[in-house]
Order: sequence, then structure tokens, then C-alpha cells
Amino acid sequence: MSALLEITNVTKTFPGVVANENISISVSAGEIVALLGENGAGKSTLVKSVFGMVRPDSGEIRIKGELISPGDTSGAIARGVGMVHQHFQLVPVMTVTENIILGDEPKRGIFLNMKAARAEVLALSEKYGLEVDPDAFVEDLAVGTQQRIEILKALRKDVDLLILDEPTAVLTPQETDELLQVMRNLAASGVGVLFITHKLREVMAVADRVVVLRNGRVAGSTSPKETDEEGLAQLMVGRNVVLQVEKGDAKPEAATLVIRELHVNDDRKHLAVSGLNLEVRAGEIVGVAGVEGNGQRELVEAICGMRPRISGEVLVSGEATPDMHPHKVHSMGVSHIPEDREKHGLVSSYSIEDNLVLNQFDREPFAKSWIRNIGALEDNATRLVEEFDIRTPSIKTTASALSGGNKQKVVVARELSQDTRVVVAAQPTRGVDVGSIEFIHNQLIAARDAGAAVLLVSAELDEILSLADRVAVMFGGKIVAILDAKEAERGLVGRLMAGLSA
Amino acid sequence: MKRFLTFKWILTLILIAITGYLYSRDGVITTSVVATALIFGLPLALAAMVGIMCERTGIVNIGIEGTLLFSSFIGFFVASTTNNGVFGIFSAILAGVVTGLFLAFMSISWKMDQIIAGTIINILATGLTSFLYKQGHTAPTTSPIDIPFFSNIPFFGQVLFMNGPLVYFGLVVIFALYVALYHTSWGLRSRAVGEHPGSADTAGVSVFRLRYLNVALAGAVGGLAGAYLSLELVGSWDRGFTAGKGFTALALMIFGRWNPMGALAAAMFFGLAQAITNQLMFADVAHIPEQFVNMLPYVLTIVVLAISAGKVRPPAAEGQQYEKEQA
Ligand SMILES: Nc1ncnc2c1ncn2[C@@H]1O[C@H](COP(=O)(O)OP(=O)(O)OP(=O)(O)O)[C@@H](O)[C@H]1O
Ligand SMILES: [Mg+2]
Repeated sequence: MSALLEITNVTKTFPGVVANENISISVSAGEIVALLGENGAGKSTLVKSVFGMVRPDSGEIRIKGELISPGDTSGAIARGVGMVHQHFQLVPVMTVTENIILGDEPKRGIFLNMKAARAEVLALSEKYGLEVDPDAFVEDLAVGTQQRIEILKALRKDVDLLILDEPTAVLTPQETDELLQVMRNLAASGVGVLFITHKLREVMAVADRVVVLRNGRVAGSTSPKETDEEGLAQLMVGRNVVLQVEKGDAKPEAATLVIRELHVNDDRKHLAVSGLNLEVRAGEIVGVAGVEGNGQRELVEAICGMRPRISGEVLVSGEATPDMHPHKVHSMGVSHIPEDREKHGLVSSYSIEDNLVLNQFDREPFAKSWIRNIGALEDNATRLVEEFDIRTPSIKTTASALSGGNKQKVVVARELSQDTRVVVAAQPTRGVDVGSIEFIHNQLIAARDAGAAVLLVSAELDEILSLADRVAVMFGGKIVAILDAKEAERGLVGRLMAGLSA
Repeated sequence: MKRFLTFKWILTLILIAITGYLYSRDGVITTSVVATALIFGLPLALAAMVGIMCERTGIVNIGIEGTLLFSSFIGFFVASTTNNGVFGIFSAILAGVVTGLFLAFMSISWKMDQIIAGTIINILATGLTSFLYKQGHTAPTTSPIDIPFFSNIPFFGQVLFMNGPLVYFGLVVIFALYVALYHTSWGLRSRAVGEHPGSADTAGVSVFRLRYLNVALAGAVGGLAGAYLSLELVGSWDRGFTAGKGFTALALMIFGRWNPMGALAAAMFFGLAQAITNQLMFADVAHIPEQFVNMLPYVLTIVVLAISAGKVRPPAAEGQQYEKEQA
């Protein structure tokens, strides 16, 4: 047997769920295996078992024929396993460099050699085309950047088996393409790659073999040669999925969200949004297209009252919204799906039912003056879990026990289930499976049709092009062009995003 | 951050100016007050290091008081029965390690609530030492070592270079800890474990082992502080002898923002306030009741440090159990 990784009959149960049931999978040297499955199918649990971050109840995991003991992460690392974690494993208060070298630090004598470390990070970043600032603190960075750090951390070491748990969820298409190329190169040099993604295009592009999990079991395996994206989706979800967004024409009315001459700083006190003007009308979706780092995150946070505005104003239905007061902004009718769900979207130690009312727990029907109405809370949770297909053993489960995509669905369900005038959605489908993407897209369109003004920010240009009625191109902290959906053609938008004139 | 730095520097300058002025008025008293500040402040600084080493890896240690009490007692007891000060010091350090390991065992292996684990140590230390204590013993104490040449420098010589061996050793430990925390891989890993243990674990660092190691090492530093108290500073031992120093140290650790240098500065400030109070009481200048004068160092420290500390942020994973599968 020459299999690099051999998983035999692995079973893992969590309270109320069987996350993995008798799973057997192998990966050979030089092979790229894609692991597909709906949110909560058990993909992360399985690969975490390989990396020693989950202890399986039964079954065997062998690397290069050697049995690894459950929960032995350093053993897995010593045997040449590297992993990109879906839930980033980064220390927020440390710098990018410190995070990347952690665990295997360059030294001079007994001291850390930060100069060498910094140089190494720059070289890595250059080599793999993933741009990072070695001296920035992780807590100040957008999720896309954090994703790049997480990937660089894994690529830094010479590994024999590389596990990638949704590495492309918040990468731009160019970065994704570069990463796919890196994967091919690694495989060509004999590295085995186990790759989890919800983006079928990527599977078709790199995978040698595809294994599909459903409800914790292997539901089948195939290869890109034998099937297409529709086929993969069908195998995953067990039904037909519409991969193309279907929507009627927008019937926009008066401008609901008006942004005037907005100036906002980023975390390092540099001007990130510089005199931005934008109007979003009731009943339309405006998509903000831009290369990450052009002020999108700061714009969203300033609108929602989470980041101080230096000057300018944000009006909702003609009324000025307060600066730095997210709760008030929300109660003026602004829903917000934040890009960083762990940090701004959820309280992971709270139950799902509480997370579903985080910004309205103090209002009717969820509370009457000082008393919470637990019944209403439970009804709300039961309804949303059903409607948004949140896979959980119970509404009392804490958010931390959910799979990544299901966490995202909790945030989306909370924000889109409220009657709001404005929806600010940043990366709304981050990490959710194809079936749920379809559903969330339909919900955004439904919100639009119900008269909400929807502002959509996404690293996925395709998502913007397929959902938006108008595309606002952001560059250097300003909106440099606003295009109608009909004239927003990929090449043109791409050029504008790069700061070129049309 | 900038504002905080300038405040710190202004405060330092003011203190230096006042000291300089007082020195020109009365050199002898000023020198002795500042020298006293150092020897009063040092045990608190060392005790704060215990807190820093534990909390930086995510373990809350409110048992420092117990560590001080137990180790100062053991140190004194051994020194007195063997009539050997060096034995006493080593036993005190060992006793500190024992309390550290006990805390680690309760809070890491048993996953007990860390506040309760620390409280158990405090209660046990108080009970055990009170029970074993017998009056009327004496023990050999350390004697000051004058560092040649440096001890002749006016003012600084007497303050810094005419101290007992444990003062020098303690200062070296504090500076070494500072350097280690920020410039070695041990320090980087420890801080990572205290902030986000999952990151350390996935990087191949054993959270369990590093926490055990650091809490035990912290115990050793606490033992050193205990030895200093009973065998160098005071030279005797009595029930309840540490008088809350372990708790004061926790506050100083917070004021110092979990940074060894910050905590050292805070401890020295407290020591200074205490030395000045002693001087006031001795001179009986103000005719204020003793109780109020005794409050002075605490009040002064709280006011000044609360202003200068600014926004403090404890290590994020402090007090939390680490479970692999929750990471
Ligand atoms: N720490 C945990 N405690 C309890 N249940 C858990 C825990 N981690 C995962 N689960 C459950 O195990 C199941 C599988 O989760 P897993 O994270 O493996 O899914 P996934 O396939 O990676 O999904 P996604 O695509 O959303 O990331 C889910 O039902 C989840 O709720
Ligand atoms: Mg997952």
C-alpha cells in the first residue's frame, strides 16, 4: 500500500449528532482529492481528526502507513501534515510575522530572529502571490487577509500532505487561481492534497478525485472527468440545484440609503474611504465591486456604526444615522451581515436561539419591558432553523458547536428575517454550500422585492454580477463608476477595479 | 498609546525632579527612602511576575498570596532547623514550585475553576502554616553585599548596589523574564497560548505542557519572593505574615498591563509610597492617625496608576479551559 493518508472506518459523534460515520478515504502522494458536502456534512470534523484536533470515537488514521494516535497534533505535524483551518487559527493581538512563525521560529542563539522571520514572510508572500503586510496586527485585518495568512502558514513548511479546509471562501478570483496553481505544483512534486471547498468550479479545475460526504457518510465518489458542476451539486445535495440566479427586474423607488462625502480611516489611521458618495434605492441591489483593501470593509463598518466616521453622513430614509452606535443604526432599519461572523456576527458561547435575536432581544415580541419572552424566542428559532436549513441538533446548541457554513446561516437568518429598510451584506454566502447559496441569494432578492435597499459587498465578482441591479466599482476609497447590470461586463468591471479607466 | 507613553514619561520626570530636589535638601533621608522603596517594592514585583507568567499562558492565579505565605514559611522553617540560609532559600523555591504544580494540577488536569483552585491554595497555605508554626525560632538571614566600585556612587550606590543577594537575583529574574517573554520562542508560544490556544495547538505547541511548565516556573518565582520576605527583608516569620502582598501584586500586574517592566514600575511606585509613609510615620509630622497614614500607599497607587494605565486588556484566553475539539 502506498497511500499517503489512509482513513479507515472513522466514526465521530458529538452530543446529538453523528458527524462522521464509518468513513474511509485515502489520498495518495501527488493526488488532489476534493472533499465535498453540504454544510454540516462532517468535512471539517474528518480533516480535524487527521490533524489531531478532533479525537475520533473509533477507526484508524494512518499517514505513510504509520498509525497516528487520536488528538496528536504535533505527531501529525511531525509526519508532514499541514493544514489550513476553516476557522482561522490566528492570534489576534500578534503580528502577521509572529503568527506565521509560531511553532517553528527562526532563532539566533536562544533569541527569536525577527529580522529573518520578517524576510521569510515577505519571501513566502512573494512566492505564492498572496499579499500580506508582515508587521500588521491580525486583529486589524479583513478576513480575506487573514485567509491569506492562514494559507501562508501552511505553505511555509515542506509538507507531504496538505489539508485545505475552505481556503478560498474569501479569496478573490485571482488569488484563488494562484492557489489552485500552487496546489497543482505541489501535487506534481509529490504532495498529497485534501481540499475542501463549496465552489464547484475549483473542484472541476484541480481535483483528481472527488469524495462527497452527506450526513456524515461517504455518499459517493467521482472525478471531474466523469461529471460536471450540476452533477456534483446533485451528488452533494441530493436534488437539482439552480446554479444560475433567477431574478426579475428591479423596480427601484426613492433612495433609501444615501451616503454623502464619507471619509473613514482604517485601523492604522490611514484614510480608507475618501469622500464617497453612493445612493441605494428601495427595491434594488447595489453590488460593490473592488479589489480587497480599497475601503469596502471600512465603508460597511462606517455605515453600520461600527467604525468612526471622520466626516460625511449616512442617511436612511432621509434621516441621519448616528456615528458609532450600531444598535441605533440597526433600529433605524439597517440589517448587517458582517464579513467576520466569528467576531461581529455571533456570540459563540450563546445558544442558537439567542444568537438569532442578538440585535432585537429587547424588543417585542422577544421581550416585554424587562422580561424576555422565551416562548417567542423559541418559536422564532424553530422557524428560522427550518427555513434557513440550519443543521443543528437543537436550537439550544451553542453557536460554537455549529459547522462553519451553519454559523453563517445563523447570521444571515437573523439579519434577513427582520423587516428592514436597508440590508448591508458583506460576503453573505461565505462558506455556505451550493444549495444554501441558492437560498440566500433568493432571500436577498426577496428582501429587494419587499422594498429594501440592498448593499452587497463580496470578494466573488460573479456573485455581484449575478445579483446586483447596479454595480458600484470601488477603488482607492471612492466609487469610481456605477454601471447598470446590463453594461457591467466582467472585463470592464475588472479594468475599473484595477483603477484603469473604462 | 502615545498619550499613555507621554503620561508615563511625564510622571517619571516629575518623580526624578522631586527626588533630586529632596536629595539636595536632605540627602541622607532621601537616599534611605528610595532605597527602602526598592526593598519594599521588590517582593511585590516578584509576586506580580508570578501572576504575569501564569496569566500570559491563560491561567488565572489568585493563589499567589498562598504561595508567598507557604514558601516564606518553609524557607524560614528549613533555614532555622538546618541553620543554613541557602538550604532555606532553595526549600522556599521548591515550596513555591509545589504550590504552582498543585494549581496546575487542579486547574489544568482536573479542569477546576481557576479562581476556586487559587482560593484553595490560599486557604491551605494559611491553615497549614498557622498549624505548623512555633514561636521563638530564629534563622540565619542573608547579609547585604556591596558591589565594589558601584556602591561608592553617591545615591545610586546605596540604592542599587548595597543590597542583599536576593534583591540582585530578583531583579535579574525580572529582567530575564521580560526579555524571555518578548524575545524568545518560549515567550512567543506562551503568549499565543494565553491569547488563542488553538493557534498554538495547531502550530504543534502543546498547550497542556506549556501551561504546566509556566505555572510551575511561576511558582518558583513566587518561592523566591517568599524566601526574600522571610530570610532577607524581615528575617523572621509570623502568622499571616504576607499581609495581602499576593493580592496587591495582582493589581500591580494589571496596572503594568501584564508586562514585566510595567509591573516592576508599578511595584516600585507602590514601594516608594510605602517608604514615604514610613518616613512620615517615623517623623510624625502630620499628627494623622496611623490607620489613615497606612492607607496612603494604596490610595496613592490606585489614583496614579489608574490614570496612567489607560485601557487594559487581559490575555484573551485567561481563565478558560482549553479543549481541542472546541478550538
Ligand atoms: N465542537 C463541536 N461540538 C458539537 N458538535 C459539533 C462540533 N463540531 C462540529 N459539530 C457538529 O458536527 C457536524 C459536522 O460539522 P463539520 O464542521 O464537520 O461540518 P462541515 O462539513 O465542515 O460543514 P461546513 O461546510 O459548514 O464547514 C455538524 O452537525 C456540527 O454541528
Ligand atoms: Mg467545515
